[in-house]
Parts: sequence; C-alpha cells; structure tokens
Amino acid sequence: MSDEGTLRRTAVTGVGVVAPGGSTRDTFWEAITAGRTATRGITFFDASGFRSQIAAECDFDPLAAGLSEHEKRRMDRYIQFAVAAAMEAMTDSALDTDTIDLDRTAVSLGSAVGGTMVLEDGYVAVSNHGKEWLVDPDYAPPFLYQGLIPSSLASEVALKFGAHGPSVVVSTGCTSGIDAIGYGHQMIQDDEADIVIAGAAESGISPISMACFDPIKATSRRNDDAAHASRPFDRDRDGFVMGEGGAVLILEEMGSALARGAHIYCEVTGFASRGNAFHMTGLKPDASEMTEAIVDAMAQGGTKPEDIDYINAHGSGTKQNDRHETSAYKKSLGEHAYNVPISSIKSMVGHSLGGIGAIEMATCALAIDRGVVPPTANWENPDPECDLNYTPKVAVRKQIDVALSTGSGFGGFQSAMIFSVPGERRNAGL
Amino acid sequence: MSPTIPSPDRRSVITGIGVVAPTGQDRESWWQATRAGDSGIERIERFDPSRYPVTLAGEVKDFDPESYIDQRLIKQTDRWTWMALAAAQEALDDAKFVPSEHDPYSMSVITASSSGGNEFGQREIQALWEKGPVFVGAYQSIAWFYAATTGQISIKHGMKGPSGVVLAEGAGGLEALAHSRRTIRRGVETAVSGGVEAPIGPYALTCQLGTGFLSTAQDPGAAYRPFDAAANGYVPGEGGAILLVESLESAQQRKAPQIYGEIVGYGATNDAHHWGRPAPDPTQFARAMSVALKNAGIGPADVDAVVADAFGVPEIDALEVEAIKAVFGEQAGKVPVIAPKSGVGRMYAGGASLDAAAALLAMRDGALPPIVNLDEPASGELDFVSGAERSEELSTILVNARGFGGFNSALVLRRMS
Repeated sequence: MSDEGTLRRTAVTGVGVVAPGGSTRDTFWEAITAGRTATRGITFFDASGFRSQIAAECDFDPLAAGLSEHEKRRMDRYIQFAVAAAMEAMTDSALDTDTIDLDRTAVSLGSAVGGTMVLEDGYVAVSNHGKEWLVDPDYAPPFLYQGLIPSSLASEVALKFGAHGPSVVVSTGCTSGIDAIGYGHQMIQDDEADIVIAGAAESGISPISMACFDPIKATSRRNDDAAHASRPFDRDRDGFVMGEGGAVLILEEMGSALARGAHIYCEVTGFASRGNAFHMTGLKPDASEMTEAIVDAMAQGGTKPEDIDYINAHGSGTKQNDRHETSAYKKSLGEHAYNVPISSIKSMVGHSLGGIGAIEMATCALAIDRGVVPPTANWENPDPECDLNYTPKVAVRKQIDVALSTGSGFGGFQSAMIFSVPGERRNAGL
Repeated sequence: MSPTIPSPDRRSVITGIGVVAPTGQDRESWWQATRAGDSGIERIERFDPSRYPVTLAGEVKDFDPESYIDQRLIKQTDRWTWMALAAAQEALDDAKFVPSEHDPYSMSVITASSSGGNEFGQREIQALWEKGPVFVGAYQSIAWFYAATTGQISIKHGMKGPSGVVLAEGAGGLEALAHSRRTIRRGVETAVSGGVEAPIGPYALTCQLGTGFLSTAQDPGAAYRPFDAAANGYVPGEGGAILLVESLESAQQRKAPQIYGEIVGYGATNDAHHWGRPAPDPTQFARAMSVALKNAGIGPADVDAVVADAFGVPEIDALEVEAIKAVFGEQAGKVPVIAPKSGVGRMYAGGASLDAAAALLAMRDGALPPIVNLDEPASGELDFVSGAERSEELSTILVNARGFGGFNSALVLRRMS
C-alpha cells in the first residue's frame, strides 16, 4: 500500500525473451505467431539411450547477446538466458540505470532446476564419470558453487544492473515463472520496490534432467517426428517436449510509469496460486485448485469471465494436464470458456520447466500489445475431454484487453496471472 | 475465499517452532544446548572426509526419519525433506494446530532452500553415468528440485493455500518468513515457513570448496569462530527451523498456546557488487537493517539485541561490525550481539530461520546465548555475548542474514505484550 492507503499498481514496461526458435523478443514473436515449431532431435548430447530424445533447443550465442567472455564462462546457461533477456527488457523499457533509484530496483526470478547443467558436468569431472561416490575435489571446475545454488540467478542479474533492492529466486517447479513475476508484483504493491526485474529461465536439456522424466513417462517419445511431437490438447498427445529459455519483464509502479510516459504493455491485475496438496506429480481431474487460483486472480482486478479475451494455457501436452486445465477453465469461466481463444505455445517452444511461465507472460504482454493470439501448433484431432477453442495452427488477429495465463507444476502448484490494458488507456479509448 | 488483496493491518505472529539441529533434534534440546554454549561441530561422519580439505561440519547425527515419516515417503525424498517434515510436525504440535480442522486454502507452505535434495541428486547422477539412463529412479524428478520440501509438507498436511519456495542462499530463511507475511497480509491464516538444508554430502561439500570461505581447521574448537581474532572461515551445518506463522486474529481466535512474537519489520538489499564476494563497504547490508527498522516503525534504540549473520571470515565479519555501527551509531556498543550459528555451523537456507527461532526463544526466556569460540573479539566495538549466557529482558530483536551473491536481509521480531 502507498502512504495514501491506495493500492499500488504494477505496469509491464519492458519485455525480453530468449526462446527456442527466437533468441530475441521480436524473432520469438515472429516464430510463434507464424506457428513454427522449434522442437527437434536433441543435439546437445547423445540421447540415443533415452526414452525421449527430442527437445526445443535455443540457438543462443551469449556473446552475440551482449554477454562478456567472463560472464559466459562463469554463468550457467539458464543464467545467460536471463541476463540476455533482462538486458533486452531493460532497453525496451527505456529506463536508464544511471538515473533510476537502484535501491528501489528489485530482482525476482524463477527457475525450477537451476544449475543442473553445471552440476552434472562438474560431477562427471570429479567422480571419474560417475564411478566414485567420494568425489575428487581436485578436478572441480570453477564456479561450481554457483551451480549448486540457483540463487546465483538473482545475484547475477542484480549485479548486471546494479540493482540494490530485494532480490530472490522463486523455485516452485513449473510455476516458477508466473510466481516470480507474481512476487515482483507483490513487492511493488507492498512498497518494497518501484521497479522489479522479474521473470524466469531454465536450461534443463541435459542427461540427468531428461533422464528423470523418462521413468515417469512425462515426456513425449514421438522421436521420429520431433517437429510435431508437442501436441497440446490434441487427442494424440503423448507427453511434453523439454524446452529451454527464459524471459524477463520490467515491472514498474504504475504512477511512475505513467508519469514518465513509458510504453505500457499492460498491467498486472491478478496473481494467485494454490497447492493441490494431493500428489507431487498427479492432478485431480476436478481441477478445483487451479479453478480457485483463476477465480482469485479475476476477483483481484474485478475481472469477469467475459472480459477475458485470450487464455495462454499451461498446455504441456500430457494427457492429464490438458484435461485438468480444460476442466479448470470451464469451472472458472462457465460458458465463456467455450468462446475465448486459448493457445499453448509449448506446442512450438516446448516446456522449459521453471522458465516457461515467464515466456508465457511475455507472450501475453505481446499479445495485448500487438493484438494477436498465437496459435497452438500441431492441433489436429479433437479430444472429447478437451473441447474448447485452442486456436489451431494459425494465429488470430484480435483486440486483446485482458489475457489470462495459467501454470501447473510438480509439487501440486497451480498459478494464475492476469494482464490487462490499464483502465486509463481503455477509458481514453486508445 | 476473498480475493488476495493485501491488507497491512493483518499482523503475522509466530505460534509454533520446530527445530532439527546438530546440537538437538527438537526445539528445546537445541535451545538448551545453545544457551549452554555447546557446539555440534565435529569431524564429518556421514562419509570419510579425509580426501577433502574441509573435514568438519555440524551434522545432525543419528537422525531417524522413520520416527517422522513412513518408509514409502523416505524412499521418495532427500534427507533435506526428511528434516523439514520433522521440524514442520514439531512446529504444528507446538502451536497445537491441527491442519485437518482448518480450511485447506487458508494454510500456506513457504520454505527456503539453497542446494535442494543434493544427496539424492548425486546418487541419481551417479546411476546415470555409471549404468545408464534407465537406472535413474522415478523419484529423482520430485526429490532433487528445490520445491520438493514445500510440496511434501503441503501434501502431508493438506495445505492448499498459496505456497512458495524462495532461494537467497543464507538469507533464504528470512526471505521465506517475509514472504509468509506478504501472504498472510493477503488473507491466508497460516504459513508453515522457514528453511532446512542438508549440504553435507561428498559432492555438495566439493561444490562449496570453491568459494574459499570454508574453514580448513581440523580442530572443532579452532574452526568457525565468528568475530574472533582467530576467525578463519566457516563450517557448514545441516538442519534448520520451521515456524508456524499465523495471522494474529487466527492465533487469538483459536487461543494458540503461545505467541512467541510478531514479524514487525523486514528489509532486503543486494550488494550487486561482485559475483563471488560481498561489497567492500557495508552500505547495502546496513541499509537492509535500516529498511527493516523503518518498516517496523522503530529506531535503533528500540532494539534489545542483534542476531548477527556471523560469517566467520575476518573481512566479512568486519563488514558486519561496520554495518551494525553504521545503523546503531553511538548505541552500537550497547546492543548485545549474538550468533547462535556458532554452535552448529552455517546451514545456508536453514541458518536464518534457526536464528529467528533463537531470537523468539531468547525473548521468551529472557536469555541471550553465548557465541561459541569467541575468545578474543577482533573488534572491541560491539557488545558480543560470549563465555556464558546473559539474562536480559528482551522485547525486540533484529535478525541479520546474508547470502552468497550479495544478498542481505534483516527481520525485526517483537515479543507480544
């Protein structure tokens, strides 16, 4: 709350993205609105012994993205994504780090699995390829501690911009991205910061991360047709396709954003999360917890079901998720669930675990800004349990004033976030 | 449930405390040991540490997960989660809070972690590289990641409120409590909150060596001597504390057996100076304390004691002395400073919540525990409590915590009058 007792509001004034198929905001947007899939056979390591051998990899060059040689060397890949996305978002916001109050600039970033790539590589080096439990520290590569503790993600981004406000990494599995932006929004509401560098990143395309989803059959084994393997809401979906990447949004207190004439993509008008307290990986078909989260997020901004112009779904492409989510939309939005366009960009960029929630919120900001609903690629065959409008294959032009995004993850986490065109702009008829 | 609009009028109090620590596997035995100045730092027994330069740690010895959780869950989770489930149970019992009697959506779980289920992870990476992908077990995906503990606590106790997992290395425990306050302000009644860490595995220890901050002393009495002239690094410890944070309204309504204190102030900053070292000046650390005091609506003169972060590396201890001096000015020499970590080691995400527990129990008992191994302070400018515990009426305590990567957090706790 502000001193005057009115609720402080959060504007989104900058967007940066590093995703498969597009390592910048605009190339990413072009790719997903064209319905292009970035899923392919894994090139990072020999995946031939794995059940799922496909992923959406980023063609990312940290030096081209503006990182220094030393940053490239000391940062795990997911941190590089976040730093690159944060630089793009900061430039986009036109905020000048020489003049903003850095003491009031916070960092809230998400990641589900953190430095697994550095940790796995380091482990192979110190354990003689997994042969020794009592590993030999003499073979330890530098910066291994940063790999052990994903809080490095927030440290590095704070360091990059000299942000001296509160900084934190949020690690709530696959809802980390939405939740990190939600925490940032709460920091602004509670007057802990005026600007928050918020988002998430993940780089989990490594043997151990791929291997841990094999035994629970969570990932797709459509290895012979990688481009069409991620099939959210399609009858023939068979699991998610691992992705990587990240996105960062610049969140700014609405009053200051308006005062400086910033380009305001949208306002954060709702954020809620619930736990299903049921199972670490299983979802109850009744979807009551995701429904609660959506209803709460709507209530915060006075959003009615029919106000929602677009739903960016978690849509991971697992049997249970897509059914669960469809049910949550029907319960929370009633009839409107059948009318509103829904899409899952995971059909194109895969599921980057903790990173994807931020990429999806960036998608919502861009969808509102540019008036386009990105499609769900690969949607071909109706599933009687998923009978809503999933915007198959082709993007749709549409004025979007309010967008809802949902996330669901291991641990039972269910989150919902709503971005809206600020009331000021709607009233002015702009 | 009403929409989660923040209301600063909703106050957050602590009604239950659960502890698992090297010097005691429950709240009162750890606290008695802490007041007596006992140390739990010894040569590592979980594995043979002889090939490592660091051989000492604060281990929770003979911890028996079967006393707290069933066999099936033990197989699915890391030691870190076992200890957190044990501490959460103790906190709920202490508060006489029976989750099944409450609205599931009114209860949150918000924990801190730093290294997750690293030992479980090491075992599975070893299986992968030694034998192949099909030997990686089904539970790796839910045991290693940082959200495992929050998820398991929420499932065990049927808690469906907004849940969270925060990471800020050694500051994480305070960040979890601060986020619990944010969440209670938004309408939730309780948050099981705090942090636990289990960083004493062969690979996790190897990862820690690179910072250069760990003590290589072989004699437990010579290692981890925060603020002492002979300070030479810190010793890692395992364990932590889980607290039940509750809205004051709920605690009063259900006549909670005790209210240990209220979270009245919080401040956090980042040095944003260097990827591996704290800033050479105490500006941002001091600012975290000042912001927390301002947030509490009090001044330095209102603080009865400071729980120091107590890093144990001479230059970094000196920065904390400077930061406290900057905040407290002329009163700096008058406010007692304690460091309960000195008896158990630095527990990363577990350390700061254990310090918060120490502050709450110090206020309950009017007793400040001595800093272990503080024989000759490197700086004579602060009032370090050493040698023996000190009796004192305490109503407000400032808890400091720092994390690798520039994190500085401070929390103000106040006894309920």
